[in-house]
Amino acid sequence: MSEAPALPRAAAARGGLSNRLARIEPVMLLWIALIAILLFLVAFPLGKLLVVSFETRGTGAFTLSNYVSAYGRSRYVDALVNSLLLGLISATMAVVMAVPMAWAVSRTDMPFKGLTWAVVLGAFILPPYLSAVGWILLAGPNSGFLNLAWRGLTGLEEPLFNVYSFNGMALVIALNAFPLVFIFVKSALDLVSSEMEDAANILGAGTWTAMRKVSLPLVWPAIMAGFIIVFLEAIALFGTPAIIGIPARINVVTTQLWQFFEYPVRVEVAAAYAMPLLLITAGMIVVQRLLLARKGFVSQTGKGGERRPIKLGPWRWVVFGWCALVGLMAVVAPLFVLLQASFAKAWGRGLAWDNLTFANYYLLLFEHEMAMTSIWNTIWFSAVAATAAVFIALLVAYIVNRKLVPFGDALGFLAMAPFVIPGIVMAIGFYAAYASPPFALYGTAAIIILAFTARFLPIAYANSSSAIRAVHPEMEEAARILGSGRLHAIRMVTAPLVRKSLLGGWLIVFIVASRELSAAIFLVGPRTRTMSVLLYDLSEAGNFEVLAAFGGLLLVVTMVFVGIGMKLAGRDFMLRRN
Amino acid sequence: MSRLSIQGLTKAYGPNRVVDSIDLTLAEGEFVSLLGPSGCGKTTTLRMIAGFVDPNEGSISLNGQVISAPGAVLPPEKRGMSMIFQSYAIWPNMTVAENVGFGLKLRKLPGAEIKQRVMQILEVVQMGHLAARYPAELSGGQQQRVALARAIVVKPAVLLLDEPLSNLDANLREEMRFEIRRLHDEFRITTVYVTHDQSEAMATSDRIAVMNAGRIEQVDAPHLLYTRPRTRFVAGFIGRTNLLPAKLRNGEVGFGGISMQAGQVPGADAAAGGDILVSVRPQSIGLHRERPAGSAPMLAGVVSQRTFLGETWDYVVTAQGSDLRLRATAPPLQIHEVGEPVWLAFDPQQMAMVV
Repeated sequence: MSEAPALPRAAAARGGLSNRLARIEPVMLLWIALIAILLFLVAFPLGKLLVVSFETRGTGAFTLSNYVSAYGRSRYVDALVNSLLLGLISATMAVVMAVPMAWAVSRTDMPFKGLTWAVVLGAFILPPYLSAVGWILLAGPNSGFLNLAWRGLTGLEEPLFNVYSFNGMALVIALNAFPLVFIFVKSALDLVSSEMEDAANILGAGTWTAMRKVSLPLVWPAIMAGFIIVFLEAIALFGTPAIIGIPARINVVTTQLWQFFEYPVRVEVAAAYAMPLLLITAGMIVVQRLLLARKGFVSQTGKGGERRPIKLGPWRWVVFGWCALVGLMAVVAPLFVLLQASFAKAWGRGLAWDNLTFANYYLLLFEHEMAMTSIWNTIWFSAVAATAAVFIALLVAYIVNRKLVPFGDALGFLAMAPFVIPGIVMAIGFYAAYASPPFALYGTAAIIILAFTARFLPIAYANSSSAIRAVHPEMEEAARILGSGRLHAIRMVTAPLVRKSLLGGWLIVFIVASRELSAAIFLVGPRTRTMSVLLYDLSEAGNFEVLAAFGGLLLVVTMVFVGIGMKLAGRDFMLRRN
Repeated sequence: MSRLSIQGLTKAYGPNRVVDSIDLTLAEGEFVSLLGPSGCGKTTTLRMIAGFVDPNEGSISLNGQVISAPGAVLPPEKRGMSMIFQSYAIWPNMTVAENVGFGLKLRKLPGAEIKQRVMQILEVVQMGHLAARYPAELSGGQQQRVALARAIVVKPAVLLLDEPLSNLDANLREEMRFEIRRLHDEFRITTVYVTHDQSEAMATSDRIAVMNAGRIEQVDAPHLLYTRPRTRFVAGFIGRTNLLPAKLRNGEVGFGGISMQAGQVPGADAAAGGDILVSVRPQSIGLHRERPAGSAPMLAGVVSQRTFLGETWDYVVTAQGSDLRLRATAPPLQIHEVGEPVWLAFDPQQMAMVV
């Protein structure tokens, strides 16, 4: 190497300068832009919520009086207790419904598994407030079909089951939320090798004992995780408590928050009142993550993973009966009565030719002043929000997963943060941050779109992140070493590979956004009502035929996009666990 | 003129120097392996050569032009190299022909020439009949051939291979290592090959650089690494060996009561006196029932353990009058029972002093 020194030094100096310029990669600028966007979408509304809860209205002086107002009355404290109780009961019911179903679908030779899948998907798609309306038609104390039939059969005066009750509300929530437990538990059971059960069998345990002592304990973390998710879903839910709880005079946190927003709006008290909800949710999510992180619990070995369905014999019909019963109560019955009501002149008269009419749909489609506007609003708000969320999430996921910048994890943390914020709390944060001047976004489409984008960013992020992770970095490196720049490599190699799963992510965000009620109801103005909000307005008016017809329209819109998703992104694209 | 030259190359993550000031020079058309246990820094070194990782110190130059130095790194796409990855990184959204033609397209060659060169190289790797297939339809070995074709077809200045055979099963691995050597003999591309498998490195390489803990321990032709290891690590990593503590005094190397002239033991002739280590290959030790004639250094001992490995017997012999335990191999028909006395005959020429 004696001839080398002079030449390379000159080359290094020359190359050094031009390379240094090239090294201020645009990715740094992108990182700064993303941080700004995420602060605007996530951190600022949350921070503002916290600040407002300690401020005196008008002057902005520090005070604790908001917390005193929020928790000074026993009625308000009772609401919090009610919420927690509701969460516990709903989550317990959901676990009872879902775990046998998950076990049956994952491990046994139960017949008609496809039907069970369809039921789970149906319950997943059905918005909670629609199933609440359906159950009012089924189990209203006076004219609900079930209670009418019960009276007719027995001659008793007492209704069989009154939906306007605490347990009624909990059941309706559980019937709508059990798919979350199902997905968690089934995907955990799918990882348990049959040899686990064989090992128990050879030592003398029967099918039943093996399930009780081996399979279920193995997926215990997944069951707990599902329980927590349903609990959080139930305490953050607005639609069902508003539609069932308010007439039944059962006050929970979310409906109480809604009352703080009635004129005169007391946003600072609402902010203070929302804090426990936020803290409980954040805490429980941490617990849930810890549970699921114990991977050693579920044996995730790929090898020896032979899986045979357990032969249940005649018992398989018992298990199927359970799945069918849950499906009947969760999907078939509520949908059927909704459909019947939507085509009825008076829903209480039941199925009869002279009761049949298209007037409800006609009214909504051609005469109602808000119905078509709200459909259009829903579609374009959701589409813009889904596009923005997926786009931001994709950039963040790419930067984080490829470790392009130092502290990239901060981006990922911000993108996932809305996951621990109940929708209703986020809406109050957005209201506090952006409704009044200088932003003055109240009543605009922008504030709803921004709130939807922020709220569903975690879904988009989880989706994009797993899509990016699935593309081995060497795929891109192989293109680069052959002469393509970073952007060219992304365009030629990475983009085509993640396109399909991104599409699935976009559709999921679109679908959940299009039925979102709790975040929307605090932020809509007179001209920016979404379908979910209008549906709630109609339920307050008490006209169940028109309400049912509008629910039918909402389901049609949802089904169209679910259908597109299944076609393009695979049959179970909504039920995959990220 | 040397094509690829690495000087003082260092990569540190915090205080952890994963590549620690290594020097290596490859002549034009030379095939050099970086061989070492996992975590020794060989892949990081390769990725620095490719331009995916920036060095903290030192430089890499290609034909006298510096391509990597701290703060000044030519991006991978401007280096004119190509690389074969552990995961093959065959793009599943392109056919075999599109994969192979990718680099040629980027070089803006006319379509007809691309087509002709792609078919030509696919014939060379015996994949011509599968040009229109998608990678998902190919076996692991076939994907490997596509990766080879894709890397070679652009006539790279340097070909880099990162454990390319580690995902293949044993038979295929053996076949592919000859394939890689055959392609090198045909195209004479300067090649850096990273592996942890010594037989892979031996079958393919002109020279092997043995790495350990971020440093290069020794660079030599494969047979020299085996017969003339210079460090304790190389002696133990390449093949199996007996590492014996010995004394070097008055021009004589001695252990276990025997001695030989230092001039006969490679590495010991110019060494200073004192306590040293000697590597004695099990294959170089003669096992005899009776004391053989001749002047070779000999030791009496007792067989204390034996294992039949198919191609050889593997005996452990405890020397008499010292606590030396020596491993020696013998052909399948040479059978000694455990507890039987034997004689061990040493050949100083086949030993090596290591540090």
